Amino acid sequence: MKHVLLMGLAALLFSCAPDRSKKNAEESPDQAQSTTKSAVEEVIANPTKGIGAVKSVTLKSPLEKERVDRGSAIYEMKCQACHKLTTERLVGPGWKDVTQRRHPEWIMNMITNVDVMLEKDNEAQKMLELCLVRMPNQNISIGDARDVLEFMRNNDGQK
Amino acid sequence: MKTHNKLFLLFAYALALAMLNGCKPKGPQEAITGNAAEKVYVAPGKYDEFYNIVSGGFNGQMSVYGIPSGRLFRIIPVFSQFPENGYGYSEETKPMLNTSHGYVPWDDLHHISLSVTNGEHDGRWAFGNANNTPRVARVNLKTFRTEEILELPNSGGNHSSPFITENSEYIVAGTRFSVPVGDKRDVPITSYKENFKGTISFIKIDPQSGKMNIGFQLKTPGVDFDLSRAGKGPSHGWFFFSCYNTERAYTLLEVNASQKDKDFILAVNWKKAEEYVAQGKATKSKVKYAHNVLDDKTHTATSEMLTEVLQLDPTILKDIAYFIPCPKSPHGCDTDPSGEYIVASGKLAALIPVFSFTKMQKAIADKDFEGEYEGIPVIKYESALYGEVKKPGLGPLHTEFDNNGNAYTSFFVSSEIVKWNVKSLQVLDRVPTYYSIGHLSVPGGPTRKPHGKYVIAYNKITKDRYLPTGPEMTQSAQLYDISGDKMQLLLDFPTTGEPHYAEAIPASLVMPNSTKIFKIEENNHPYVTKGEKMAKVERKGNEVHVYMTAIRSHLVPDNIEGIKLGDVVYFHVTNLEQDWDVPHGFAVKGASNAEILIMPGETQTLKWVPDEVGVSPFYCTDFCSALHQEMQGYARVSAPGSNVPLKFSTGVIADESKSSPK
Repeated sequence: MKHVLLMGLAALLFSCAPDRSKKNAEESPDQAQSTTKSAVEEVIANPTKGIGAVKSVTLKSPLEKERVDRGSAIYEMKCQACHKLTTERLVGPGWKDVTQRRHPEWIMNMITNVDVMLEKDNEAQKMLELCLVRMPNQNISIGDARDVLEFMRNNDGQK
Repeated sequence: MKTHNKLFLLFAYALALAMLNGCKPKGPQEAITGNAAEKVYVAPGKYDEFYNIVSGGFNGQMSVYGIPSGRLFRIIPVFSQFPENGYGYSEETKPMLNTSHGYVPWDDLHHISLSVTNGEHDGRWAFGNANNTPRVARVNLKTFRTEEILELPNSGGNHSSPFITENSEYIVAGTRFSVPVGDKRDVPITSYKENFKGTISFIKIDPQSGKMNIGFQLKTPGVDFDLSRAGKGPSHGWFFFSCYNTERAYTLLEVNASQKDKDFILAVNWKKAEEYVAQGKATKSKVKYAHNVLDDKTHTATSEMLTEVLQLDPTILKDIAYFIPCPKSPHGCDTDPSGEYIVASGKLAALIPVFSFTKMQKAIADKDFEGEYEGIPVIKYESALYGEVKKPGLGPLHTEFDNNGNAYTSFFVSSEIVKWNVKSLQVLDRVPTYYSIGHLSVPGGPTRKPHGKYVIAYNKITKDRYLPTGPEMTQSAQLYDISGDKMQLLLDFPTTGEPHYAEAIPASLVMPNSTKIFKIEENNHPYVTKGEKMAKVERKGNEVHVYMTAIRSHLVPDNIEGIKLGDVVYFHVTNLEQDWDVPHGFAVKGASNAEILIMPGETQTLKWVPDEVGVSPFYCTDFCSALHQEMQGYARVSAPGSNVPLKFSTGVIADESKSSPK
């Protein structure tokens, strides 16, 4: 009987183990500095940049006008249906002052890696609880997301 | 001792029972062996190994199943309207079903051909034939959509189609019903022998785009062409057609077209025919036929009427067509993977003749003919014959091949699949089918490199295999494992419509190329709305065009006023989503055609002719989000003379302190 129990336990252990190591392996690219903390743990400790390919963004002043114009066009085609430029929430939150509330990396990761963000990023999950509609993947490249970010900065009155 | 005796008795009794059962005729249940379930189980989250593209027969569609699970993934509308996604109902897709006879909403699709390169599957296109109003269609295996339909002039019914050459140079369309063609078409039916002719169209396929056009037509004697296959390898450049009714009967064919012991296989040297066309030896025939193409950037189909086709006459150009006698009323005409052997299945024959391409060529070179039939040379049967499979079964129909030199022939009358060796002509195994098998399919079976592993039977009669659903039953397919010496029945699975021919292709050749969304940036629809800011309503005379957007979970505009009775309203709905598997639907109360379903990044149009004054709701018909039920709007329809201005909005709430507007 003891043996059976032990075998059962071993089976349980084994059935869980591969999953865990797989998760760690998936997340390892996000571990920028620490090798001991998982990406999720790091996000909890430092929720500012989000999860995704965007690690650091250089912002210029004055604003890059070409980016603002391109970002505006992308906004009208792919974002405006859910996001107003005021503080008013439509389907998603209004964009006014979003560049004050969020780091630029977080914004761009949210735009380009939304499914992972909604699954793992605390701040993104809070927004989902509030809005109750998952933000869709709108198939926006990192370059395009950078243009949208510049458009947001412009909307927030940055120069 | 007593216990011993008792045990012995028990054992003997059990043995007797087992033996009794063993002697019973094998019922369907017993055909299944222990590990069948394991072999067809595809665990949640796992994928099937093969796509099975199956003709829908009288439903005019193709359906897509997974093998080995037998699960239905998709129905692709081809020659029939499909309410599920608005095909043939939306303004964009209506032109796909246009013909020289006008709009044909329903046809009969019998055979599938998947595109090939070097005789092997390349996973690009699936072709299908319309049997009734003769046409051929091309489905893109990236989008699983019908992209093109070409009508066939001078044809009385397109059965011997759409079989394909080994580099997808041509697909063919041989007429099943010979008919009077040309200027003199109002003739007595009794003048069949004099006036009725067949044609075989060779449809050229553009190697890049897949676009089809009729390269040339062969004029043939007035027989019925049944099925066909292209040569491959050494026989590449030739095409083989089975034909029946060489009696040229025009009534009670059941009896009158079954008189002769032998009908024919027609061997066509299409490379030679192509040369004659290039040399200007074809004549022009004045005709009328439709060519319909779906543009993947405008998401809109156009229909063009063509008026000319090139024809070759093999009774004048003597070296492009030869008849080979074949017993009796041949149906399937299948080329083996090596390209050397052509297997013809005489529906009424008690044997299967296997012809040799090498012997056929020698007979042609030696002019080893027994005479002519209607001006076309007839090769002597023995001179083209490799050998005969003796007593294979009753009613052979079709043959597919595996990768080990074996053939699998379906037998309608004796309800079985018979496995035999192509070289030795020996029968190796036979398994029953439930019931009355028609076509069958081995993955890659018609190619130079069959993938083998399974044979799938497509049966004509279902009877007691499923829970009954009244007089109309589902059709049945059955999956057999052919990886061992003996065929093993694994699975029954129900099918839609009536499956005729089907092909199976490894998922790895199709799955990685599957389109997930249409890029909104590349949408060139004339009525596209690329963002809510562009949404609007325009009046052009009595036409009202609504440029509408859909995204989770609202439509813009969702309040429309100023429509008048007598107007024709077009809702051009653009789905702004760019996420996989998020279609939106659109329906408006009283629309007499259907609904539409709009894929991410696509624009589709629903025409609505309001027939009463009032306010009609419209809404999204595809559950899209937690707030799907809120995805709705109103269109106000006023009396013809009313002065309600045209206006539209979303999210505008009236100031209730003022008196309500008129």
